[in-house]
Amino acid sequence: MIRLDDVWLKYAPPGHGEPGHDVLRGVSFEVPSGGFRWLTGPSGAGKTSVLRLMYLAAHPSRGRIEIFGTHAARLNRRGAALLRRQIGVVYQDFRLLGHLSAYDNVALPMRLARRSEAQVQADVMEILRWVGLSGRLEARPAELSGGEQQRVAIARAVVGRPKLLVADEPTGNLDDAQAQRLMTLITALNRLGTTVVVATHNLGLVARYPAPRLDMQDGRLTGDG
Amino acid sequence: MVERTRRRAADQLGLRSALADRLLPVLVAAMSFLAALALAGTIGTALLAAQWRDDTASTLTIQVPDPDAPDAQDGNHFSAVLTALRSTPGVENPQPMSRAAIDRLLSPWLGADAGDLALPIPAVISAEWAGPGRPDTLAQRLDALAPGTLVASGAAWANRVAALTASLQACAAAVLVIVLLVAVAMVSLATRSGLAQRRETIEIVHGLGAQDGDIAREFAARATLLTVVGAGVGTLLALPVLFWLAAMAAPFAGFTPSAGGFGLPLPLWAALPILPLVAAVIGWATAQVTVRGWLRRMS
Ligand SMILES: Nc1ncnc2c1ncn2[C@@H]1O[C@H](COP(=O)(O)OP(=O)(O)OP(=O)(O)O)[C@@H](O)[C@H]1O
Ligand SMILES: [Mg+2]
Repeated sequence: MIRLDDVWLKYAPPGHGEPGHDVLRGVSFEVPSGGFRWLTGPSGAGKTSVLRLMYLAAHPSRGRIEIFGTHAARLNRRGAALLRRQIGVVYQDFRLLGHLSAYDNVALPMRLARRSEAQVQADVMEILRWVGLSGRLEARPAELSGGEQQRVAIARAVVGRPKLLVADEPTGNLDDAQAQRLMTLITALNRLGTTVVVATHNLGLVARYPAPRLDMQDGRLTGDG
Repeated sequence: MVERTRRRAADQLGLRSALADRLLPVLVAAMSFLAALALAGTIGTALLAAQWRDDTASTLTIQVPDPDAPDAQDGNHFSAVLTALRSTPGVENPQPMSRAAIDRLLSPWLGADAGDLALPIPAVISAEWAGPGRPDTLAQRLDALAPGTLVASGAAWANRVAALTASLQACAAAVLVIVLLVAVAMVSLATRSGLAQRRETIEIVHGLGAQDGDIAREFAARATLLTVVGAGVGTLLALPVLFWLAAMAAPFAGFTPSAGGFGLPLPLWAALPILPLVAAVIGWATAQVTVRGWLRRMS
């Protein structure tokens, strides 16, 4: 189960200017293990900020975050690293490594988890086939279109069969057919037990794949259900 | 379809190439060059000092200012002093130094024909002190027999050599410590600049579950390689200088190039390969500490 309990977030101001304002103001919700949630809301509402807390890239200024029974604030650095390996993240801005091929980008989390190269190869090839990139294994991110980069980012997030998949606007650069294919992949993973949270503006997509929706507005949750 | 087995790139995280690969080895080479000279200075002075101490500590030099003056008995001051030395327990092998030998000793200061100068040149007797303690009372007894007689003990001279050696070694040790600190600072700076350059990569890799050790290892591997290469080159470049210094010191040191070790003392040959090893440890440890500290501050 994922649980946020009265979570506040304040970004540390760059330099020494004014103290940062509260980006999240008392966010609380639960996602049961194996559950699926849409995270919606206007731009700037705080969707990415919530996800960052969930994948341990930020620490709340107040409140408590629990991920699969682990209180995030109590994790040491090693524990946090090991927990991150169970969380697949699709970043809004992809965050691929520019010096690595598509194949090596997708292989990276498995290699960091010290899987055997045989295992890495089998899983990476399979997932790249799924996202339709079998023909672009050796391409660097700069040689790929925005949609192709997004698919590499998605493949990297799911290749390790994470317990939690966190996707930030994963269909932003995809055409309708690809977006549906991606959703098929994500729902398949979800059915296999992966807990999923997807932030999106795409309300058409939300309508086509009905699931509980966390709606945000100005740093607060306005609807949970 | 047969898929070829894929191999992972050596620099999978792209972090190794972040360390400046020219400047760091060059600076480390310069530091190692200095360290090699300081090391040679320490070992060389220690060896020279040991030799001089052994040679001089037991030496007695007795000067009789007016050797031909008659003494209380029938003889002269010179024979009285010589007789007294021969009968003193602890004094061994007293040898009057010939005029020719004295002239040779004085020639650097007084010119080749010092003997022809109308200078009252004292008689000199050399002996060895094998007794216990120091020959302190000897000087008084000889002065009573022949007023003005001086007893110079090599021990005093040897003590001064020892003090000089100790100061030289302290200087060399200070140079080594400074070189070490500068090397640590250089590796740390290079690592920090590499970290800043790859900040985004590190954040991504970190987000994918890399541990601090995974990231530190990449930088440490690179830093170790660069410092070892730099130190190796610096030490090799110091060798010709050391050969040249050894050749100059050989007459004083009592060993010659034929004594083995190409003119360098064997302890120095044993110590020089330690420099790249120390550099490796500095490179590895500094990079590890720097990266881990930086990562802790990053998040
Ligand atoms: N690193 C940061 N430093 C300071 N403020 C930030 C930072 N990141 C986001 N913010 C602020 O936090 C608020 C919420 O941002 P967030 O990225 O969570 O919104 P979002 O809902 O994901 O928006 P979008 O739909 O445009 O992606 C915004 O006002 C934004 O300006
Ligand atoms: Mg966002």
